[in-house]
Amino acid sequence: MMGMLIRQGSDIRSAEITPRRLYLDRRAFLAGMAAVAALAPGLAEAAPLAGVVAGPFSTDEQPTSKESATSYNNFFELGPDKEDPKRNAGLLRTRPWAVTVDGACARPGTVAVDDLIRPHRLEERIYRLRCVEGWSMVIPWVGFPLADLLRRFEPTSAAKFVAFATLYAPDMMPGQRLPLLKWPYAEGLRIDEAMHPLTILAVGMYGEDLPAQDGAPLRLVVPWKYGFKSIKSIVRISLVERQPPTAWNLRAPDEYGFYANVNPAVDHPRWSQAKERRIGEFFRRPTLPFNGYGDQVAGLYAGMDLRRFF
Amino acid sequence: MPRCPRIPWKPVIFVLCLLPLAMLAHQAAMGGLGANPIEKVTRSLGEWALRFLAIGLAMTPLRRAQGWVWLAQFRRMIGLYAFFYACLHVASYVVLDQFFDWPAIGKDLVKRPYITVGMAAFLLLVPLAVTSTKGMIRRLGGSRWRRLHRLVYLAAPLGAVHFLMLVKADLRDPLFYGVVLALLLGHRLLSAAPTLFRPTAGRGRMTNRRKPELPALADCRGSEIDR
Repeated sequence: MMGMLIRQGSDIRSAEITPRRLYLDRRAFLAGMAAVAALAPGLAEAAPLAGVVAGPFSTDEQPTSKESATSYNNFFELGPDKEDPKRNAGLLRTRPWAVTVDGACARPGTVAVDDLIRPHRLEERIYRLRCVEGWSMVIPWVGFPLADLLRRFEPTSAAKFVAFATLYAPDMMPGQRLPLLKWPYAEGLRIDEAMHPLTILAVGMYGEDLPAQDGAPLRLVVPWKYGFKSIKSIVRISLVERQPPTAWNLRAPDEYGFYANVNPAVDHPRWSQAKERRIGEFFRRPTLPFNGYGDQVAGLYAGMDLRRFF
Repeated sequence: MPRCPRIPWKPVIFVLCLLPLAMLAHQAAMGGLGANPIEKVTRSLGEWALRFLAIGLAMTPLRRAQGWVWLAQFRRMIGLYAFFYACLHVASYVVLDQFFDWPAIGKDLVKRPYITVGMAAFLLLVPLAVTSTKGMIRRLGGSRWRRLHRLVYLAAPLGAVHFLMLVKADLRDPLFYGVVLALLLGHRLLSAAPTLFRPTAGRGRMTNRRKPELPALADCRGSEIDR
């Protein structure tokens, strides 16, 4: 499995990491597998993903329309307004794409994203998504548990947190030319949150490849936390000893905590979190603690003051 | 001094000012408001209220700088349109966003500074709209009426602050309105400065301007009656 690692210096621009020849070979291979339509979303129609099985934890709630989930996005790298990411999606080339896994693990390395994904069985997970802004969706993700991926890299006992980083490429991500957040976008989880079976890395949604505006080619999904924790277009996953800095927390530490667990009892300083508007519905609905995943995850925070660690 | 133009500009401007609303209605009918139409409608109406406030505040400086005396006849209409869009903005919040959830609205008003500030801006506009009629101007008297209507210099910046306080990271849009309003307000303060230091001078009767404001308004009301 580790034989698939392509060892590269970390100073090489991520967009240049996978040699073109290799990339083309893999394209041929993938075409045969019909596993992944590896063209950049935005340039090609998304193709259905093959071999996807139903995963655990799926809600039976009505999924949000694909149109809404792909046209109403917070992905500042592709523009600050909700409609911007879809409009600018074509700028983001998602192949070739390399992901570096490093830090406190026995087998660090940089891997082409398709090689990183290939060993995993893709599952459909229909999760609620609650944005910190007070709206929510239900999204049928396609992905695999983050824990399975991390285990391949053999975390050491020093790995207490996991830090994630989005691609930094202002030519493909025009929003990064604006000083909205500290770029590249960074997020983090405690190791037990990262290893939790609810936490997945998504490569698709609605049975198809992820569109660029939704975080292609690889994004995190942590359904019991506000959406901003679920970092998009990941190029680096680092196992670290200390709680890593995170983008929104750096921007406004009093408004966006490291934990960011969905919590109707702890308001955002500027607006209430008690209710949410499910996209496609008229009436606001009550927001559930841990976004309705309390049975699975509340135990992770036993004894913690969730007002302080918001 | 040129007379008010013969083209029925007032009805023309009146209809033009309804276009933003018509466009929103059209988009709503065509499903063009995106995934979160309530947010879109509320935000758009609020921005139009700010735009009309800025246009209204720009009219007097423009009239003076350019000698466009005819502008004065539209000032009340523009001001009332600002109020109209502000009303729709608030209605959109109360009806579409909260659906008359008065406890939630009450909590918002107390706990959410941006809602508090926005509501203050709106409430400040109410007396201005109420006293916008000819009769009210006469009843209050020009200088008192004018003093009352200086509230707009509080309401408009509060509106911009309200917008600034609710955005997450991209401050460019609210800052744009803030800068425009600050420039207009600054211009007004500077041009008022000479009279501010004269002990007797309310800005109405005793200014050194050749033509006091109220008669200018009266001119155009006259032309309205002509038609």
